[in-house]
Amino acid sequence: MTDRIKNTFGALAERGEKAFIAYIMAGDPDMNKTLVYARALIQGGADIIELGMPFSDPIADGPTIQQAAQRALQSKTNISKIFALVRTLRKTSGIPIVLMGYINPVLKYGTKRFFEDAARSGVDGLILPDLPLEEIDHVKEYAVQSGIDIILLAAPTSDRKRLVELLRHTRGFLYYISMTGVTGSQKKMGHAAFESIRWIRKNTQKPVAVGFGISTPRQAKTIAALADGIVVGSAFVKLIENNKNASARIAALTRSLKSAVNIH
Amino acid sequence: MKNARDKNYMPDSYGYFGEYGGRFVPETLVAALKELEKGFRHIARSPSFRSELSHYLKYYVGRPTPLYFAERMSADLGGAKVYLKREDLAHTGAHKINNTVGQVLLAKKLGKKRIIAETGAGQHGVATATAAALFGLPCEVYMGELDVKRQALNVDRMRLLGTKVVPVYSGSMTLKDAMNEAIRDWVTNVETTHYVIGSVAGPHPYPEIVRYFQSVIGTEAKRQIMEAEHRLPDVLIACIGGGSNSMGLFYPFIKNDEVKLIGVEAGGLGIKSGKHGASLTAGEKGVLHGTMTKILMDRDGQIINPHSISAGLDYPGVGPELSHLHDTGRLKVFTANDDAVLSATSYLSKTEGIIPALESAHAIACARTYVKRLPKNTVVIINISGRGDKDMDIIRENIDLINNKGRLKEYHD
Ligand SMILES: Cc1ncc(COP(=O)(O)O)c(C=O)c1O
Repeated sequence: MTDRIKNTFGALAERGEKAFIAYIMAGDPDMNKTLVYARALIQGGADIIELGMPFSDPIADGPTIQQAAQRALQSKTNISKIFALVRTLRKTSGIPIVLMGYINPVLKYGTKRFFEDAARSGVDGLILPDLPLEEIDHVKEYAVQSGIDIILLAAPTSDRKRLVELLRHTRGFLYYISMTGVTGSQKKMGHAAFESIRWIRKNTQKPVAVGFGISTPRQAKTIAALADGIVVGSAFVKLIENNKNASARIAALTRSLKSAVNIH
Repeated sequence: MKNARDKNYMPDSYGYFGEYGGRFVPETLVAALKELEKGFRHIARSPSFRSELSHYLKYYVGRPTPLYFAERMSADLGGAKVYLKREDLAHTGAHKINNTVGQVLLAKKLGKKRIIAETGAGQHGVATATAAALFGLPCEVYMGELDVKRQALNVDRMRLLGTKVVPVYSGSMTLKDAMNEAIRDWVTNVETTHYVIGSVAGPHPYPEIVRYFQSVIGTEAKRQIMEAEHRLPDVLIACIGGGSNSMGLFYPFIKNDEVKLIGVEAGGLGIKSGKHGASLTAGEKGVLHGTMTKILMDRDGQIINPHSISAGLDYPGVGPELSHLHDTGRLKVFTANDDAVLSATSYLSKTEGIIPALESAHAIACARTYVKRLPKNTVVIINISGRGDKDMDIIRENIDLINNKGRLKEYHD
């Protein structure tokens, strides 16, 4: 049982800070680079790291992350190698690490084995965009046993009644999708989403982090102001796509986003 | 984990048929699926909707389609009585229209302003484009780039019908990738858009909805065979891609245990070659496109690009109910390889004067060996799910093989 996610949000709240959560795809373009890039994120000041687990048919992802998944699969990335990467990161860092991916590779790995190995490797949480609350029984028992947080997603289409359910079942934090769309979308966050997030924060203690479509410090600042944290993914993935060595740029973007979320 | 399917072959409240089914979708879509489920239960099954739908099925689609006694084929195959359910004669040339007219009419009642669909062979795309034109809704159809090429006629038809065809360049550039892209569109435009899934696949309630609209095939066939033979058939044979034409034929007979259900999957270049679309025969349990079912995947759970000469069967999954019926033994499954399928296309054309779609020719290919082993007077119904016009390019390219001279032309790997 780890409390790294909970403790991180707790410590940030005490300091009056917001969480900056950074996503990159594991194995994009290969595992050695991912290790370097993850360290750049840590060095730049990210509070939580999300590592994508590539899937051939990622229905919740836009072109940027789809292509990252393809690059990762080309370099033969799989779950075992991602666990090995987490173990390496754990040797030098206590940062919360969350894996994000689709359910099929997890089922194929063996659900029970997946959670046992994940916990042993130092994984703290898991986000499965194609496993909504209705299907959570497929993983719940093992997640609880392993102490790994299943982080649920909420969307602008989730009504109040459903938000209550999602908040009750999510562990670690609630991941709020800023707009109806896939990752990397350029759509703006709508009124309903703002209202929902306000409502969530007024009505619960659980942290809420907002993600999908946030790429600039400006957006980060506006959205962080009303949430407990923000998630940025596609912007990092683009840096990795466009630069042979993206470390310096990744660290710099992390610093600018991290400072943007904490300006009040 | 979830309660098992009840004796009426209905999915449980989570959309499970035994271990298969469910709703594995992004949170953004959950509300829309619930709304659709409610709309389906309260609107689509109401007497007024049904009578409106029957009107369109009769006067627009041209139903009932004939159940034709294939005399020469029956004689050739040794005396069993072979009947062909002529879905190729439905408007637009395939069974797909039964589902699209139903779904688009339902979408309209639900106040949706825009229609999207995925397509492989283009038959579902054409059928959706047609229904969208019929009911005056704008429509976009996602189609893998490879299928855009090999089913060019249907692309032109969709465009003529006023639909925007969006080529998909990801993955294997076939049906599964078109479906990914359609789901992404739906996630983005869920508030205004209805997604017309073309088979008994996808998240709950789609398998149940598509089965409901396609059951007209089996309901008619049952009545027609009772008129012709005064008894139930012994065997039903249909090809299986996602499973809509097969479920449509099978479902009204499902409780008649004496009626054998035979499904035919795409054997492609042979099961051993790994290049096929036979999810029931060679797949394992997993999750694809919102449903838990038999799928083709590698050791890491990545989806394998399928292969079939027929774009409509070139899919690495199958409807969850079919996985369940296969597990329980109610459904028997065979495969037909590309070369046998081309030969069967030629066979039906020359024996009965009916040019079947390559998809439907899988059922014929299977019947050619299967029916020969049956006793005389056995009654068999084969579903001719569509007509072959769309496949003429592929048939032309393989004309030597069809004439027993050349070898199969390879399309992709
Ligand atoms: C004529 C025809 N038959 C069969 C199929 C396969 O789909 P299903 O198994 O859902 O009937 C298709 C799909 O495009 C088709 O066009």
